Amino acid sequence: MSQNNENKPLIEVKNLKKYFKLGPKAILKAVDDVSFTINKGETLGLVGESGCGKTTCGRTVMGLYHATSGEVLFDGVNINDSNAKQKKDFTRKAQIIFQDPYASLNPRMTVGDIIGEGIEIHGLYTGQEKIDKIYHLLELVGLNKEHASRFPHEFSGGQRQRIGIARALAIEPEFIVCDEPISALDVSIQAQVVNLLIKLQRELGLTYLFIAHDLSMVKHISDRVGVMYLGTMVELSSSHDLYAKPLHPYTQALLSAIPIPDPETEKNRKRIMLEGEVPSPINPKPGCRFAARCRYAKPICSEVTPEFKEVEKEHFVACHLF
Amino acid sequence: MDKILEVKNLRVSYHTYAGEVQSVRGIDFYLNKGETLAIVGESGCGKSVTSKAIMKLIQTPPGEIKEGSEILFNGQDVLKMDENALRELRGSDISMIFQDPMTSLNPTMTVGKQISESLVIHRGLSKAEAFEEAVKMLKLVNIPNADKRAKQYPHEFSGGMRQRAMIAIALACNPKILIADEPTTALDVTIQAQIMDLMKDLQDKLGSAVILITHDLGVVADFADRIQVMYSGLIIERGTVNEIFYNPQHPYTWALLKSVPRLTTEHKDTLYSIKGTPPDLLCPPVGCPFAARCEYAMAVCKESMPEDTVLSPTHSVNCWLQHPYAPKVAKPDGIGGTVNESK
Amino acid sequence: MLLDKNKFELIGTIDAEAEKINRPAITYWQDAWRRLKKNPVAMLSLGFLILVILSCVFGPYIVPHKYDTQDYNLLDKSPFGNYWFGTDNVGRDLFARVLIGGRVSLIIGFVGTAVELVFGCIYGGISGYFGGKIDTVLMRIVEVMATIPYLIIVILLLIVLPAGMGTLILALVITGWTSIARLIRGQVMQLKSSEYVMAAKALGASPSRIILKHLIPNTIGVIIVYMSMDIPAYIFDEAFLSFLGLGIQPPNTSWGALVFAGQGVMTNHPHELIFPAVAISLTILAFNLLGDGLRDALDPKLRQ
Repeated sequence: MSQNNENKPLIEVKNLKKYFKLGPKAILKAVDDVSFTINKGETLGLVGESGCGKTTCGRTVMGLYHATSGEVLFDGVNINDSNAKQKKDFTRKAQIIFQDPYASLNPRMTVGDIIGEGIEIHGLYTGQEKIDKIYHLLELVGLNKEHASRFPHEFSGGQRQRIGIARALAIEPEFIVCDEPISALDVSIQAQVVNLLIKLQRELGLTYLFIAHDLSMVKHISDRVGVMYLGTMVELSSSHDLYAKPLHPYTQALLSAIPIPDPETEKNRKRIMLEGEVPSPINPKPGCRFAARCRYAKPICSEVTPEFKEVEKEHFVACHLF
Repeated sequence: MDKILEVKNLRVSYHTYAGEVQSVRGIDFYLNKGETLAIVGESGCGKSVTSKAIMKLIQTPPGEIKEGSEILFNGQDVLKMDENALRELRGSDISMIFQDPMTSLNPTMTVGKQISESLVIHRGLSKAEAFEEAVKMLKLVNIPNADKRAKQYPHEFSGGMRQRAMIAIALACNPKILIADEPTTALDVTIQAQIMDLMKDLQDKLGSAVILITHDLGVVADFADRIQVMYSGLIIERGTVNEIFYNPQHPYTWALLKSVPRLTTEHKDTLYSIKGTPPDLLCPPVGCPFAARCEYAMAVCKESMPEDTVLSPTHSVNCWLQHPYAPKVAKPDGIGGTVNESK
Repeated sequence: MLLDKNKFELIGTIDAEAEKINRPAITYWQDAWRRLKKNPVAMLSLGFLILVILSCVFGPYIVPHKYDTQDYNLLDKSPFGNYWFGTDNVGRDLFARVLIGGRVSLIIGFVGTAVELVFGCIYGGISGYFGGKIDTVLMRIVEVMATIPYLIIVILLLIVLPAGMGTLILALVITGWTSIARLIRGQVMQLKSSEYVMAAKALGASPSRIILKHLIPNTIGVIIVYMSMDIPAYIFDEAFLSFLGLGIQPPNTSWGALVFAGQGVMTNHPHELIFPAVAISLTILAFNLLGDGLRDALDPKLRQ
């Protein structure tokens, strides 16, 4: 575990809830009481399947969605309860990279303009200095100067994703939310982008919230990993411990479902098969959200929501088995 | 083994504003009865185009299946068939599962009707009989409450269930070949496991051959009998599952295998990655298409296309490293076997 | 195959080559133009319109007979002689008058559309971007205005203001801007949940920046198609109003005014009605056909 010099973590999320009202009686509880911290310079991975709320969580942490309740503290300041200046400061210090490289770049702007927008908004550089900075950023992410005058549609998915990274880096942030940045990319390009992110973290001292559903990639890049299911966090621990000793039944099933590119292993392994489908996050039933599909379910599981508590050193679980 | 499909010298191009994009540049392969062939490669390599060509589903224009291409299904050339024969073929002898179950199902038709469609067309069943069969198919793909579900619309199904419904539609007429184009890419990993299990099960029961198109090597390891690796419109290596995973010979195959981080990879270590992006098929390179990105490239690689080196009745590769003149190279860490040197 | 042994030394990769883009840079507009060129009907319409515009702008200076020269010896002459379109009831060359009248009609079309466009964009942009209460209020205003028949407003304005081109444009814009405002609002609402807009917000962009730099530019395709349909509508409306006697008054003239004048002598000298009427019809037709072609050319989904 990385020890940081400051006592306070950079990001503190406390009992975060984000609900969407879909109709008079339907409330989509996308994020339902989630708490975690992220220390400076570390990477927290957030995994889960579709509908678990990880993307909503990431965007709420970024301030793109207003939290229904709970707090998101950035360097001690609550981002939902701050004045205009603090908000502007926050947009400089925190940035986001999106999943879809085809939708996250404005098709009418040149790559240079896209990367330079943040610089313009915050007035960091002007004129030739700004152009030099843009070229520097392009090269930092492995592209060429010539690419600055081209348009997004002329690039491949991996290249566009790198442009997105350059855009986020342009204003020299401290914290970056990576919202499924590699899911839409080919496997060999995923490796390129992940390598780039790790390198940048080392060189620039960045802190990441890395959201993904690919468990192998998440384990590789994260120091600690949180597993989400239907809006709640079911397990949180160091990435090594999570994979070596998963405690929550859902985490175990998730790990067991990862296909391994090794025929012998695949033929011989026994998978934990989850029956049924993920239930809807609209008006969820009380108790543990996973109870309906859990092989260890007891009566108490459908009645009382399990507490998210520290079961071993730095290893949190929300499960009635503990 | 019975060859049920033979593809010879398939070349497909698309005519765009910038010129002719050569998506598939001359590939040959075959499929045996009841086996699973995986076509592996990244976006743009031509694997989806190949799968569409097998049923002559390429839209012309802008696409064009070039002269000299042959696709023999049970001895008959699909490319020379007329529209009626093709309609008979599609859905009945060869059928296809698409990647995105959200958009491949008709939102205005009940699921049961979509399954029974092909039964009515190809088997001549009455609507009532076809509906009964449809319910049976839904049971076969493990959808609970099949009779109720058959009367529902696609938007009432979840992602995993829609994919199952697609499989039911595809298998309704018990086709000899099932083409699965990235069937699990859009699904969550636990649902993916369920679907792949289901497909294996059905294949055993119904005896269909499967062409699995994917970029996910994990899925391939569990499911495929033989693998073909495509890059830039060409097949650069082919072999049985064990041959490809335990003794791959092409640097691109090594890169693919290395790019997947295993749960055993060192934390935050640099992942093996290939620099750059695949070549633009508008002006495909003269030599080996992988040369610009290959660590082991040599001058000859840029000048001419390597010949096919046959390593076993099932394993062959197109790479200059196989040539007697080529220096001995060590494979990257973690890749099995040694580089074959046929002298 | 005979090969040179020297060619078998390991070289590895060359970085710059790996990221080269081979295709020529093609902007959205170049691509749209290329697609438009393939549409013969649209190109014909475009050619025709350019011809009409050039004729109306420069024609009156170069025709042999000026548009206001009256020759009492040649009243109501038939066309296809010395005077291509014949003459009117005071001996003026109808061809020159059609050209000069075209100037007025076209100006009304272009200027009117442009003014309503600027206003509609701002209004629709704000309404669509902010949504909520602002949108509700703004849209109610639009709906009320849209229900008022424009004829009433025109007549009211003409009572208050002097008749002429300016008043006419004002009247048409006041009643016409509602549809473009609604169109822009719809587009903006659709686009504002795009990820690139979210990215701009995350960078700290102000609403005005997002509307002007991100949202409106992505609606330009829609705007252009709309304009190509709106200009003929303005021309038609002007013709209609002038025909009723509410539009352009003599000594100025427009196509509508010419039709009004020609309609009076229709039975004896039909050419005085036919030529301006055909001018209106063909121009409107050409704009509409061009608009159809533009819609196809600018639609990103039809890109190959």
